[in-house]
Amino acid sequence: MTLKSDDVRSIAHLARLHIEEDAVDHYVDDLSSILALVEQMNQVDSQGVEPLSNPLDATQRLRDDNVTEVNQRDKFQQIAPDVAEGLYRVPRVIE
Amino acid sequence: MPMTVTEIRQGLASGQFSSVEITRDYLQRIAQHNPALNCFISVTEDLALQQAGAADALLAQGNPGLLTGVPLAHKDLFCTDGVKTSCGSRMLDNFIAPYDATAVERIRDAGAVMLGKTNMDEFAMGSSNENSWYGNVANPWNTAHVPGGSSGGSAAAVAAGLAPAATGTDTGGSIRQPAALCGVTGIKPTYGRVSRYGMIAFGSSLDQGGPFARSAADCALLLQAMSGFDARDSTSSDTPVDDYSARLEQGIEGLKIGLPKEYFAEGLDSRLARVIETAIDELRKQGAEILDISLPNTHLSIPTYYVVAMAECSSNLSRFDGVRFGHRCENPVDLEDLYKRSRGEGFGAEVKRRILIGTYALSAGYYDAYYLKAQQLRRMIKNDFQTAFDSVDLILGPTTPEVAFKIGAKTDDPVSMYLQDIYTISLNLAGLPGLSLPVGFVDGLPVGMQLIGNYFDEARLLQVAHRYQQVSDWHLQAPEAFS
Amino acid sequence: MTAAEISQWETVIGLEIHAQLATSSKIFSGASTAYGAEANTQACAVDLGLPGVLPVLNREAVRMAIRFGVAIDANIDHQSVFARKNYFYPDLPKGYQISQFEHPIVGKGQISISPAEGEHKLVGITRAHLEEDAGKSIHDQFPEQSGIDLNRAGTPLLEIVSEPDMRSAKEAVAYARKIHSLVRYLEICDGNMQEGSFRCDANVSIRRRGSDQLGTRAEIKNINSFRFLERAINHEVERQIEVIEDGGRVVQETRLYDSERDETRSMRSKEEANDYRYFPDPDLLPVNISASDIAEIRAALPELPEQKKQRYISELGLSDYNAELLTANRDTAVYFETAFAEADATQAAVLVNWILGDLAGALNKAGLDITESPINPAALVQLVARIADETISGKIAKQVFDAMWQGEGNADEIIEARGLRQITDSGAIETLIDEVIAANPEQVEQFRAGKEKVLGFLVGQVMKESRGKANPGQVNALLRDKLK
Repeated sequence: MTLKSDDVRSIAHLARLHIEEDAVDHYVDDLSSILALVEQMNQVDSQGVEPLSNPLDATQRLRDDNVTEVNQRDKFQQIAPDVAEGLYRVPRVIE
Repeated sequence: MPMTVTEIRQGLASGQFSSVEITRDYLQRIAQHNPALNCFISVTEDLALQQAGAADALLAQGNPGLLTGVPLAHKDLFCTDGVKTSCGSRMLDNFIAPYDATAVERIRDAGAVMLGKTNMDEFAMGSSNENSWYGNVANPWNTAHVPGGSSGGSAAAVAAGLAPAATGTDTGGSIRQPAALCGVTGIKPTYGRVSRYGMIAFGSSLDQGGPFARSAADCALLLQAMSGFDARDSTSSDTPVDDYSARLEQGIEGLKIGLPKEYFAEGLDSRLARVIETAIDELRKQGAEILDISLPNTHLSIPTYYVVAMAECSSNLSRFDGVRFGHRCENPVDLEDLYKRSRGEGFGAEVKRRILIGTYALSAGYYDAYYLKAQQLRRMIKNDFQTAFDSVDLILGPTTPEVAFKIGAKTDDPVSMYLQDIYTISLNLAGLPGLSLPVGFVDGLPVGMQLIGNYFDEARLLQVAHRYQQVSDWHLQAPEAFS
Repeated sequence: MTAAEISQWETVIGLEIHAQLATSSKIFSGASTAYGAEANTQACAVDLGLPGVLPVLNREAVRMAIRFGVAIDANIDHQSVFARKNYFYPDLPKGYQISQFEHPIVGKGQISISPAEGEHKLVGITRAHLEEDAGKSIHDQFPEQSGIDLNRAGTPLLEIVSEPDMRSAKEAVAYARKIHSLVRYLEICDGNMQEGSFRCDANVSIRRRGSDQLGTRAEIKNINSFRFLERAINHEVERQIEVIEDGGRVVQETRLYDSERDETRSMRSKEEANDYRYFPDPDLLPVNISASDIAEIRAALPELPEQKKQRYISELGLSDYNAELLTANRDTAVYFETAFAEADATQAAVLVNWILGDLAGALNKAGLDITESPINPAALVQLVARIADETISGKIAKQVFDAMWQGEGNADEIIEARGLRQITDSGAIETLIDEVIAANPEQVEQFRAGKEKVLGFLVGQVMKESRGKANPGQVNALLRDKLK
């Protein structure tokens, strides 16, 4: 699988990553070589093998429905880049 | 010669020195040597001395905890309340964590003193520590060489005696590989043994925290403090934690150790292979039974691992968007600009590569071919180990295919860098525990040997490593330049 | 557009309903779900998606979802899996929403709706899955920026997805009301549409009548009342017919319903095709649901609207239509049952007529919920009892009801105070009749000549003289006697 520069641009958009235009070709090469590595997976027939998403095959534990958290807004918002009136601010969202 | 945690505990208990004194010693060593090594991103001097003072008070009361007064360092991936937690990234250069990771909390509760936060590959992505926003870390055995990664700062700090122990995390070898390259002992426990709460995620189904130290006995103490069930981590295991120190002295007579033929095949530096074989002979002498085994899907572990890790990281790193914390670009013109530039500026090249590949692997039309396929191979790799553990108690091999390479040697070729992880990453895919210990040198650089255990069999790994360290002194060697 | 033009087209509607589950804490964190707190004071580290934090699943959210599944007779697999839905939006802190994709907690089920009196239809439910709600963007607080409040982020949602089984806006509304009623019966959602606890998105497409292919659909969002749901769908259907008849094609897109302008419009911000990159969330493990968990939840289910309705029909002899109306809203049924428990068993039908008639009308006019009714069930029972024991006539009862509504007291007090007790003394009534006969000789003649209808007029005159207090039956009988 070889990527084209437009593929890299569209993946970068999906991932919301700015990539300098003059770096696109470099990414095309890097990503293509990684994909070539990854394609070694196709050497193996894995038909019928149950996918493993958690190494221990464990199951989810459930939490009781209790409110345990207290308001820490001030502490959390100290590390925020732009807050006002308790709100996180971003450039105007158009809906 | 640098002290072990065990020696520091004895010294503190006997009143030979105070925690404040030993902490000052380490802070002084850090001040002296860190400029050459770049192990630390932050040194928390005031906090360390304050914690040491409190530890001394506890010691005076004669009621110390497991690590009371012992200074150590945390990988800068563990959140530390009120202390910068950068994850080696420009993205989090301004991030003061508002809480402690569970592992940090437990180590602090055991009485340890935090010296600072260690350097690492950005977001734990790398095998050489060359991907840090804070610059690369040098290998104390030869500063022209890499210390390994991603927990390179922790490994180098312990090797150079800037800390007697340090925490690390291991997603594909990030504890074991730098431990091997720096000549220290490091253990990645079973997935779920150490809580991931407050560990900044790379590959959530692969990540595990664990310790670096100068000996298996020290690792046993650290791991004891870090381990155990945590209700805040759904993937944390409630399997009871063994008493690691208590089991150290058990012998290894009759223990069946398997050598996977795939770990001694093409790609392994033959000089390194000979060093490992010598160590195997020593274990045989100690009564272990050595058997040949096969892990036939080993060659699939690298592609499988990179698909899983990159897919998970592409999603895990989406929260770094410049809205609630972390780097935000100057004057964003609109929302898309805010996202793209904040992330474009905040992340380094390797992180971007992995996010892009992961995004691609999960995208419509490719999911089955990449992610689902990788999950299937993951089970096949796990099954290989399960079959092997039907006939052996432990698996043994090299930790890395070669000793520490020169800084810059592989930076232009991400794939050749990934191949460094060939022996370590299959454990993360299977969730098994692994330990690396020093067993010799090639070209003056340390060689690491990896012990692989069955699920929750950390005690056995520590016990075998401890036995070996009772009859060898590789782990006691220190690089002259920093002694 | 003429009716003929419209009738060539068949409308196909599927609904996605988001019901906020009524847990105390969030689905993956211990933060409160209470509505209306100051911005970001109920957003904890997990809700904010700070680095390193992890989700832990709320048991109650799982149980509530199963309760819904059991109520619609759905398949509930023994294992359910959470997945990440990846996209960037400021009200989505982690850059992904924890949702479900391949193994939703509730599988296929169905529900019966009654879009009009006497009509019944089964609507398929494709699935219902658990997910976390997003925060809110506030656009009017700052001149050039949007503000983000993440208090709502992490509130548990049950997304209920229907099959495209509905063929009109009316059916869609009936279905939405039915689900609304059900989640309230189950006490898993407060159903408050104004506060966004119950939200509907409608997938609308049209096709030529007779076709079995589905047309391209538009998804309409931002519908926060049943009335708007009907209007939004009807509007969208007209729009799509116009597009096609003008030679155009309907494009698959998300459209926002604007209730002020009563139109739908394309959401440009969501224009690009989304690629959500779903994959199982590695921070959460598969949820095991045992047969005994399900059995236990099933055993604890309250009586559901459909069961209640059937019971009202068979045990109380109510009409299908009235039973449906009475059970459509849990609070109405509770009101009725509270009243019925105190009333004479023979009065069920009368009581129901009052509840669905005058009381419903008055509540509707005042914009009140039945739980806020100024006339409580016991008071209504007393009023009905006074009709039954002939203390007052049905007509006077309406006067009494109005006075009760105004807070003048209970029925007995009002009857006393206003002197409304029915006149049953035949002597008094005969006096009135004599007066009326004397005053209307012409009509009396007509009646005697065989014009039966005139009797009604004469009865009315007597009633008028009695100011409504005479017993109409008695008046009728006595008048006939006198005119013989």
